Amino acid sequence: MTELLGHYNYWIVIILMMTGFYTVIARPNLVKKIIGLFIFQTSVFILFISMAKIEGGTAPILEEGISVYSNPLPHVLILTAIVVSLATTALGLALVVRIREAYGTTNEDDIHVQDD
Amino acid sequence: MAPPTKTISTYRTTESRHVLLSNLPALQVVIPLVSAPLCLLLRNPRHAWAWSTLVSWLVLATAIVLAQRVYAGGTISYAIGAWATPWGVEYRIDMAGALMVLIIATIGAIVMPYARHSIQHELHKKHTGLFYTCYLLCLTGLLGVVVTGDTFNLFVFLEISSLSSYVLISLGSSRRALTAAYQYLVMGTIGATFILIGIGLLYMMTGTLNMLDISQRLPEVADTRTIRVAFAFVTVGVSIKLALFPLHIWLPNAYTFAPSVISAFMAATATKVGIYVLLRFFFTVFGIRFSFAAMHVGEILMLLAVAAILVASLVAIFQDNVKRMLAYSSVAQIGYIILGISLATTDGVAAGMIHLFNHALIKCALFLAMGCIFLRLGSVEIGDMHGLARQMPWTMAAFVAGGLSLIGLPLTAGFISKWYLVSAVLMDGYRPLAVIILVSSLLALIYIWRVVEAAYFHVPGAAMHKVREAPASMLIPVWLLIGANLYVGINATLISGMAQQGADILIGQALR
Repeated sequence: MTELLGHYNYWIVIILMMTGFYTVIARPNLVKKIIGLFIFQTSVFILFISMAKIEGGTAPILEEGISVYSNPLPHVLILTAIVVSLATTALGLALVVRIREAYGTTNEDDIHVQDD
Repeated sequence: MAPPTKTISTYRTTESRHVLLSNLPALQVVIPLVSAPLCLLLRNPRHAWAWSTLVSWLVLATAIVLAQRVYAGGTISYAIGAWATPWGVEYRIDMAGALMVLIIATIGAIVMPYARHSIQHELHKKHTGLFYTCYLLCLTGLLGVVVTGDTFNLFVFLEISSLSSYVLISLGSSRRALTAAYQYLVMGTIGATFILIGIGLLYMMTGTLNMLDISQRLPEVADTRTIRVAFAFVTVGVSIKLALFPLHIWLPNAYTFAPSVISAFMAATATKVGIYVLLRFFFTVFGIRFSFAAMHVGEILMLLAVAAILVASLVAIFQDNVKRMLAYSSVAQIGYIILGISLATTDGVAAGMIHLFNHALIKCALFLAMGCIFLRLGSVEIGDMHGLARQMPWTMAAFVAGGLSLIGLPLTAGFISKWYLVSAVLMDGYRPLAVIILVSSLLALIYIWRVVEAAYFHVPGAAMHKVREAPASMLIPVWLLIGANLYVGINATLISGMAQQGADILIGQALR
């Protein structure tokens, strides 16, 4: 039981990841797919950030009496990854706008019907 | 007073040359990166084109000097911002990397003169400046992936190239380009996120992001579930990016509906860079023992490669849109490259890399020829090409020459690839695989023949006599690539030498 609960951060990551992934695959609405993709990416950010946490560790600032620090590097990496993910989401939504202009719909099934 | 001034000036030039040379790996990426926003400022389409052409040629010049230095002096390691290696980002270019840089830069430099007419015809004027900006960013990303020795930096560059290529594909003239770009965006992002998960898990276990550093620390922790999961995530993620069968479904639409120049550029570079990333992870990061002996990725890849070769070649035969046909053929050709890599021998990897180079030359030429046809005909359907060879003899001759190379006739680059590949396969005792390679060459003959038959042996339609030959600015790049094809077909010592050395380094690193 403690084994299961002790890794609760991973459970959150996995649930978010699968929610996002399922939305991308199962939803025909193009906007919802992008939202799913964003949730999927966010779960990975949480994976990175939670792995940096050390029990009892503080922010990595040199000060007397403190010897345990959390690892700052994953935070920095994820700052970059957030920018990438933001750009992807923005581009994806921009594409949906253009698709809506060209096809008059944001539903994947309707688009397939129009293309065939 | 004259002599001292002269000495000072020569001193300065040698010093500045020295500074340029010592920062060459960074310049390879920084030049296109900095030029991209500048390109955005140029409102005039012609200026934007001239600027990005100039930059592409500069990139090629840098790549040639860089490759020469690697060829002469071995692997170059460069610390960005002079931060020492495990802490800072390292750029590391060995022979395999130099070969890739050379491929990307050459294709970029050849495609740009071609782009002016083609883009003028296919894109709205107000999008042209943005197009060239995205192209330069894409070039930056692709080069960055190859030169970097840092896993997270690799992810960032991969996404720079991917994001800009989604935009480039969406600029195609049909509305289906939009849905193709959307599909690629969704799949590409899933792939990239998988790679990111893999990198995160690797970092969790080794505490480092530098590829060589990871590879040194990995053996201690290799027998853990975390590392195996990391390996699986990276492999699947990269396989999406390189369009390995059955994860290739984004590719046919993307290549069919993208602007002609982009189909050619991407077919020659983007998937190839994906393959290079796979090589880096398998051999440099995880090591040959872990990847191939412990995880048995060789058998899986071999199976998928054979499936790609056969299925995609068969599907290509039934396509009426020639760009789509070439796209499926690309999936099959990626299968050949992966087949070479899956052997995990020096000969196999070298054969894969030789085909990687040759296929870039072949597919780029074929897609560019299709771009010429699209410019004059407004279509790339086989049904519209009846009797086209009389109107566009040079374009069609280039297509035939490229097609022969794709099939693998002697005296073409394709023959060299298949020669090395078949001998590598036979050396490992896989005789049925050699048969499959030969059979699939026949399949390539069938789909190329369909185009040739329509263009040369069918009676032209009524509107055909109005069609003219493509302009010289587009024909010359096509024929340059065809010339390179024939040259490699006759004299492949340089390219096979580089590929052998690259494979030696990759395998050697892994065995160390």
